[in-house]
Amino acid sequence: MRLVLSSDQAFFRDTTAKFLTEQAPVGELRRLRHDPAGFDGEYWRQGAQLGWTSLLVGEEHGGGSISGDGLVDLTLVADTFGRHAAPGPLAAANVVAAALSRAGDAHADVVADLVSGTALASWCVAEPRPHNRLGSVRLRVRVEGGDVVVNGAKRPVESAAQASHLLVTGRTGEGLTQVLVPAVAPGVSIVPLHTVDLTRRFFAVTFDDVRVPVERVVGEIGGADAEVEHQRQLAAVVGTAEAVGAMQAAFELTVQWAFDRYSFGRPLASYQALKHRFADMKAWLEASNAVSDAAAAAVGAGSPEAGALVSVAKAYIGDYGSRLLQDCVQLHGGIGLTFEHDLHLFLRRHTVNRALDGTPADHRQRLADLVEQREDAA
Amino acid sequence: MTTQDTGEVEDLDGFRQRARAFVRVNLRPADPAVVSARLMLPEEETLAAVARERELQRMLFDAGLAGICVPREYGGQGLTPDHQQVLNSELAGYEYPMRLQIPTFVPCAAVLFDRGTEEQKQRHLPAILKGDELWVQFLSEPSGGSDMAGALTNAVRDGDEWVLNGSKLWTTNASWSDWALCLARTNWDVPKHRGLTVFMLPIRQPGIEIRPIEMLNGSKEFCQEFLTDVRVPDSHRVGDVDDGWSVCIRWMFHERMLFNSPLLTIPAGAAPGSVVSPTSMRDIARDAARLQDPAARDLVGEAYMLTVAKGELERRLREGIAAGVLSDQAAAIGRVFGALVSTRTTDIAFELAGDTGVAWANDDGTLANRGTDFLMRQAGCIGGGTAEMARNVISERVLGMPREPAADRGIAFRDAPRSHSART
Repeated sequence: MRLVLSSDQAFFRDTTAKFLTEQAPVGELRRLRHDPAGFDGEYWRQGAQLGWTSLLVGEEHGGGSISGDGLVDLTLVADTFGRHAAPGPLAAANVVAAALSRAGDAHADVVADLVSGTALASWCVAEPRPHNRLGSVRLRVRVEGGDVVVNGAKRPVESAAQASHLLVTGRTGEGLTQVLVPAVAPGVSIVPLHTVDLTRRFFAVTFDDVRVPVERVVGEIGGADAEVEHQRQLAAVVGTAEAVGAMQAAFELTVQWAFDRYSFGRPLASYQALKHRFADMKAWLEASNAVSDAAAAAVGAGSPEAGALVSVAKAYIGDYGSRLLQDCVQLHGGIGLTFEHDLHLFLRRHTVNRALDGTPADHRQRLADLVEQREDAA
Repeated sequence: MTTQDTGEVEDLDGFRQRARAFVRVNLRPADPAVVSARLMLPEEETLAAVARERELQRMLFDAGLAGICVPREYGGQGLTPDHQQVLNSELAGYEYPMRLQIPTFVPCAAVLFDRGTEEQKQRHLPAILKGDELWVQFLSEPSGGSDMAGALTNAVRDGDEWVLNGSKLWTTNASWSDWALCLARTNWDVPKHRGLTVFMLPIRQPGIEIRPIEMLNGSKEFCQEFLTDVRVPDSHRVGDVDDGWSVCIRWMFHERMLFNSPLLTIPAGAAPGSVVSPTSMRDIARDAARLQDPAARDLVGEAYMLTVAKGELERRLREGIAAGVLSDQAAAIGRVFGALVSTRTTDIAFELAGDTGVAWANDDGTLANRGTDFLMRQAGCIGGGTAEMARNVISERVLGMPREPAADRGIAFRDAPRSHSART
């Protein structure tokens, strides 16, 4: 998160932090462990009232930002989510709301429900192996008269069983097409997956000749490639901001532990071997904040560097965030691997976000592509 | 150093036009071999390059483009770090006074600005900005680098003068510079931090012998100096007698900020903070015929990631320190990160170069000499204060963890235990 916030931004962040402290304390997260949805509808509706789902939505659709850059504002929520390991499909809900709002007024009714939190939507983009590498899309969308017909499979899809609508990214010929499919449409099947997060839920969704009116297409048929890339960037920015919040919480927990825990008559924090590891972790943490904020600012401003910065953030925070969290476990010792301790809540959150929206290795390959195309940078 | 002036500040667009016009008319395109900073020049070529850089600095001064963030009363422009960024971006691809930036502007001029007397600042800052004075740091000693407060160089008062004896080490550029900022011991009967004093002295004088040190890669940029009865007027003292440590704290801050400092004029993309730029890593992979190899592409992507992360972290630290949200000690975070990045990118370059990195021909392009860079890999973790010292600073001063026990704390320095070679 940024070091300097406006007073409006700080108030906005504090409001969500206070809400999560009250509504999603660690005991509640543990209770939700076996809940099929992972959160309840009232929690989400109240969160929506605080602005969780409206920041990327145009004012004409009931949205609006705090600072003028809704994505940067959204990263304040995402960071706070990470610090609390909070329930709820923050990235998916916001990506769909943004995509529908950007496409004009055709889907304004669904956007209104997303903004108010009375309904949830999710984004179906990643596909089953062997097509689960970043950017791969095989699901087919074909036009038949006044309908489009959707065939293919998507996974993992967050909160698919809780969603009223699914934004499905598929291929029509060479180009990409996006369709807003009601989750109850005939031919849609939703099967739960196991996951490592306590409160987030993922599903495999198959589309078997799912037929919806052509008006359900979001944007242009076969012409959605740029929008899909933008959505990937939005999802990655929210995911990395949340991951950094989880890193921050785990780090603070572990620093406090190092002060409180005594071995051989002195605190862990007095051992130079451990102090130096904390120093490295602090450097990784600050660098993670820096690249996450840089990616958010670039995507929010539509900078030509946005794609590169998103991949830097995904690759760096995925890789070094895991190092930090696993080091936090190591510095705790055995207690750090127990369910009773809170550390795993943040380890789980970071671990899921690392693997979604492209792994660090996927993004390093993407960076190599970008560098290869670059004429001369430095 | 920040703008002290009040009144009209030149707007950025106008400044950019002015800087661009100067750069295009007066400067030559950068020599890529020089920019890479990997070239070891013969001595006469180095001296010619230094002369040209003094000239460039004078041209910048005459054009009102030197000392952008230095107040006008000291010969600067009284402008902002944003103006400096604009100048740096306009300089991209052109020659610039590379050897004057470090250590002359940072940390030496920065320390003088922070702690010099009005008279010292009036005398030296304009001279530095005109390219008339190049400065070096007489800081480390043969008895120890990290333990800076353990300096043994002795300064004894003699009327209005001080007489200095001792030896300094790891001095960059000493063979062709003019002045030094020198840390010396003025009191042996108090604990080590309380008996130090900082002086300014001209380095080309009979009492100072300068010996270049050859590094394992052939570089002779570092020197050792031997000071024998060097007389320094008391008016060349920086800060109070025995209060040198408080000067050192600013000195170390500026050293850790280094490439992050708004006092540097370095063309965008040319900061020699890392051995290789992201695109040069791509070029190595291409020259190695490995650009299509997914394993090599992973490394190219990683190097790009680390280089961008370093730049963004430095920006964050700079902004946080300027806004007062982070303490000056947070500069150590950038120092540690820089060490991690330079280590890893050196590894990557060597890996990409393969066997050509250790057995090369003259026409092997970017692959040549990568093995030598690898031999010098730890330089990025040692120079400018070791990464370990920076880790102490982060854990103790930023995170508030207990300080390392020190056997020389609270006792007169003359009684402090020290290395066998440094005992008298």
